[in-house]
Amino acid sequence: MTSLERVVRPAAWAEPPAPLRFVLDAWTITEGELRKLRHDPTELLTRAVQPLLWLLVFGQVMAQTRAIPTGNLGYIDFLAPGILAQSALFSAIFFGIAVIWERDLGVLHKYLVSPASRSALVTGKALAGGLRSLVQAAMVYALALVMGVHLQLDPLSLVGVCLVVVLGSAAFATFSLVIACLVRTRERFMGIGQILTMPLFFASSAIYPIAIMPGWLQVIAHVNPLTYQVDALRGLMIQGSTESFPLALDFGVLAFTTVVLIAIAARLYPRLAQ
Amino acid sequence: MPPAISTHELTRRFDELIAVDALSLDVQPGEVFGLLGPNGAGKTTTIKMLITLLPPSGGEATVAGHDIRREPRLVRRSIGYVPQLLSSDGALTARENLMTSARLYHLPGSERRARIDEALEFMGLETSADRLVRTFSGGMIRRLEIAQAMLHRPEVLFLDEPTVGLDPTARKAVWEHIRGLRQAEGTTILLTTHYMDEAAELCGRVGFMHLGKLVALGTPAELAAEAGPGKDLDDAFTYFTGSGLSETGEQGGQYRDVARTRRTARRLG
Repeated sequence: MTSLERVVRPAAWAEPPAPLRFVLDAWTITEGELRKLRHDPTELLTRAVQPLLWLLVFGQVMAQTRAIPTGNLGYIDFLAPGILAQSALFSAIFFGIAVIWERDLGVLHKYLVSPASRSALVTGKALAGGLRSLVQAAMVYALALVMGVHLQLDPLSLVGVCLVVVLGSAAFATFSLVIACLVRTRERFMGIGQILTMPLFFASSAIYPIAIMPGWLQVIAHVNPLTYQVDALRGLMIQGSTESFPLALDFGVLAFTTVVLIAIAARLYPRLAQ
Repeated sequence: MPPAISTHELTRRFDELIAVDALSLDVQPGEVFGLLGPNGAGKTTTIKMLITLLPPSGGEATVAGHDIRREPRLVRRSIGYVPQLLSSDGALTARENLMTSARLYHLPGSERRARIDEALEFMGLETSADRLVRTFSGGMIRRLEIAQAMLHRPEVLFLDEPTVGLDPTARKAVWEHIRGLRQAEGTTILLTTHYMDEAAELCGRVGFMHLGKLVALGTPAELAAEAGPGKDLDDAFTYFTGSGLSETGEQGGQYRDVARTRRTARRLG
């Protein structure tokens, strides 16, 4: 092929430059996902039941035993951020099932033949996964207030909490997407999802401090992104608490994890449609 | 004018199996071309390579003048695709589905609304625009999908079994819309189908594929004549692909594929 003399029909309109295109495309995907939630919010609401049980039942009982050394914090105060992180994790980790569903239907193919870059598509999904967890955060906050948890309610802390929740959930939603791309069927995905959530949860500082863990578990806890999410949340949410790690490190770990996972997912995503 | 689709020895292997075997084919601009053949003949694999969803194992192809390997994004900008499966999102309304496409193709904001309204009207979906697609009938979904695939006025439209699972009335309606599009936009269309009457009705030229190879190429009338005097395209199908009911060599006969096709058919029906 030498010269292209043909009439170029579709390029009749100008395209935005590549970086802007990335942002616009990702947001298009995110917005679509949020619209779906608005059309049918049942899943979100049912997902809110579990954290309530953890706080009301598990939290109250464990608080009575005074078995877990939580320093100057009451156990419920210590637990609330952990349960927020947990509920966000449990809902994000099954995010991938929707992607397998889209692949089985054929909707996925539609997105993959659009000119949007794969990384923009994945980023849009990740952000949607992150934003949905804000609903759970609101639920946990409402209950925590009723239960008398000593929450920090200044705007700066609240904004910080929102950022951590969105970032953490985006990371785990993308993790879920990576797994979906690898296992490809709903049945296998459900199995693996179940297997993954518990270790992530128990090998973190969500319901007990890292200090009381056996040495080998402490090592795992230190490479578990959930630990850093819980740490940041604890510092931002609860009056009188201190983080184990600098807040910047918490954010850094979560952001790094998200970016790496998005890069991996963007490579694997097209394989779903082959 | 250069061809709208041009392939040269295009090949795709899956492990041992050669799904598409050195396919060389030119489709001219404005043509409606039908790719026919039994399940597992390589039709869908061919389409998937041309729309950049599946990398070829060998050979070359251009779509709308763009190389499918080196310029996948330019290919994607120039094409529309309606998969065999469902592609409109059931959890969104028709208008939201169209809006998503309009935005992913970066149609100018000022034109989006007008084009979406126009597309809804052309496909006869104005009154259902704000209903969730999951409440649509099969024919309506197909029409919406075609509208969605055409929103950015692609040069080449790929339709993979556009009328599978539809009742005769809905099929006729989809045919009308495909013909209308070609007339109004001059779009080049490549479609696959199992229905020979559909191919004879819509396509200027058809190609028969069998075991990954292109075994016959011509107008429906030419190919029917080759099969023998007084024969039709159905006879030509059997003549060229020799496919009675064989138990081997049918990749499409796998349980998973059958389940999927039936599921799609049920949802559309």
